[in-house]
Amino acid sequence: MKPFSYERPGTTAEAIDAAARPGARFIAGGTNLLDLMKLDIETPAHIVDLNRLGLDRIEATEDGGLRVGALVRNADLAADARIRRDYPVLTRALVSGASGQLRNKATTAGNLMQRTRCSYFYNTDMACNKRQPGSGCSAIGGLSHNLAVLGTSDACIATHPSDMCVALRALDAVVEVAGAGGVTRSVPIADFHLLPGDTPHIETALKPGELITAIVLPPPLGGTQLYRKVRDRASYAFANVSLALVARLEAGAPVVDRLAFGGLALKPWRVEAAERGPRDPDAIADIVLADATPTDDTAYKLPLARRMLAAALEQLA
Amino acid sequence: MANQLDLEHEQELPQPVPVGFTINGTAVSLELDPRVTLASALREHLGLTGTKIGCEQGQCGACTVLVNGRRINSCLSLALMHDGDAITTIEGLGTPELMHPMQQAFIDHDGFQCGYCTPGQILSSLAVLEEIKAGIPSHVTGSLEGPIPLSDEEIRERMAGNLCRCAAYPNIIAAIRDYAEAGQ
Repeated sequence: MKPFSYERPGTTAEAIDAAARPGARFIAGGTNLLDLMKLDIETPAHIVDLNRLGLDRIEATEDGGLRVGALVRNADLAADARIRRDYPVLTRALVSGASGQLRNKATTAGNLMQRTRCSYFYNTDMACNKRQPGSGCSAIGGLSHNLAVLGTSDACIATHPSDMCVALRALDAVVEVAGAGGVTRSVPIADFHLLPGDTPHIETALKPGELITAIVLPPPLGGTQLYRKVRDRASYAFANVSLALVARLEAGAPVVDRLAFGGLALKPWRVEAAERGPRDPDAIADIVLADATPTDDTAYKLPLARRMLAAALEQLA
Repeated sequence: MANQLDLEHEQELPQPVPVGFTINGTAVSLELDPRVTLASALREHLGLTGTKIGCEQGQCGACTVLVNGRRINSCLSLALMHDGDAITTIEGLGTPELMHPMQQAFIDHDGFQCGYCTPGQILSSLAVLEEIKAGIPSHVTGSLEGPIPLSDEEIRERMAGNLCRCAAYPNIIAAIRDYAEAGQ
């Protein structure tokens, strides 16, 4: 690990001020950042430890939703009685990811900020436009088994690894952000993660020095909520394909209210035109998976996504 | 010249930062390079080598310790992040003469071969049972309402973050069940 200095601010304002130092990075759970620092993929000069900021409560909002503090641990968010009752797709997504130890440590905001697990991003001997802009993409033409089929570019075919974010996308969560001078703003989850384009190193809508303070969940959607995940082994692995589904029965047939996929792109993949429209799973999948650009290694993801949706809707019928 | 080089090198290193926490009920104070992980602080600075370092990336779970009663991977946490915390390592559970009942259950059921992953397995086991008791759901939990059954399926899923390359898994499950059913 490269040397760095360390500070532990007590307030959000102090943390944002501290982040103005050159090379500063925030740390919360640290489960992804420290992993990357050990490999010299992340080399912060200054670490700002957020764990004394509070921001660890889940509170009701005026309109009947919930505001989840940035530092609420993944395990606590999954187990919260209100989340289990009113947003079960979020609980299911959270517990399908990582391990018990990691979920105890990883935070809500950190989960949003986690970086791709593309093996070429992790291998500092290989070209990666995310790690080193302009160096090229070794994944294109390389081993891409678990990489993206939608929203890719000539510069990057990485996927976003989060399960939580897929559920948040289906739920239309909003990311609350604070910046210098106490300026706050709200970013819809749909706009938070960026597709690679020709700047795959720019991964989120956060501006330098901005800090996530909370995730806001709109009022409960009701309906039946499912999270399904297919991976290379039964537990503790990233998704090949996952889906978050909110649906209800109309005259005995399931209607898709919300549908987002994980494992297909560099952000949770949701195509709203596929919702509350066709009933036939294949017709829905045709809309969601349109313009896919699979490699030989990732071609399996398209029929897999299709079958997962069909199976999920069959389960509801 | 050599001294001068050493001096320059020294100046590049970050200043040690004081940190204090409780390990197995005893308060300790250290001054640490910010890069020191909790796992390294335990092993290299406090001589508590029961905590093992395996993969160093949160996959294997050999470094599992309890922090304020909750299990974490101590290799993926900076020691400085634990100022004021209460940490339990395998050394805090029992001694060879007076073992914790979970340690005894692992011996009774042959829940290990080489033993390298065992401290992490045992600490994780205790936390798993508390998590089930507290109603924290897992990937295999059926209903999200009501109590969670203490099934082999639940235990296996929850122990997924602790690898055992000797593959003592069936015996580890048996040890955990035995301990849990004895109502410890």
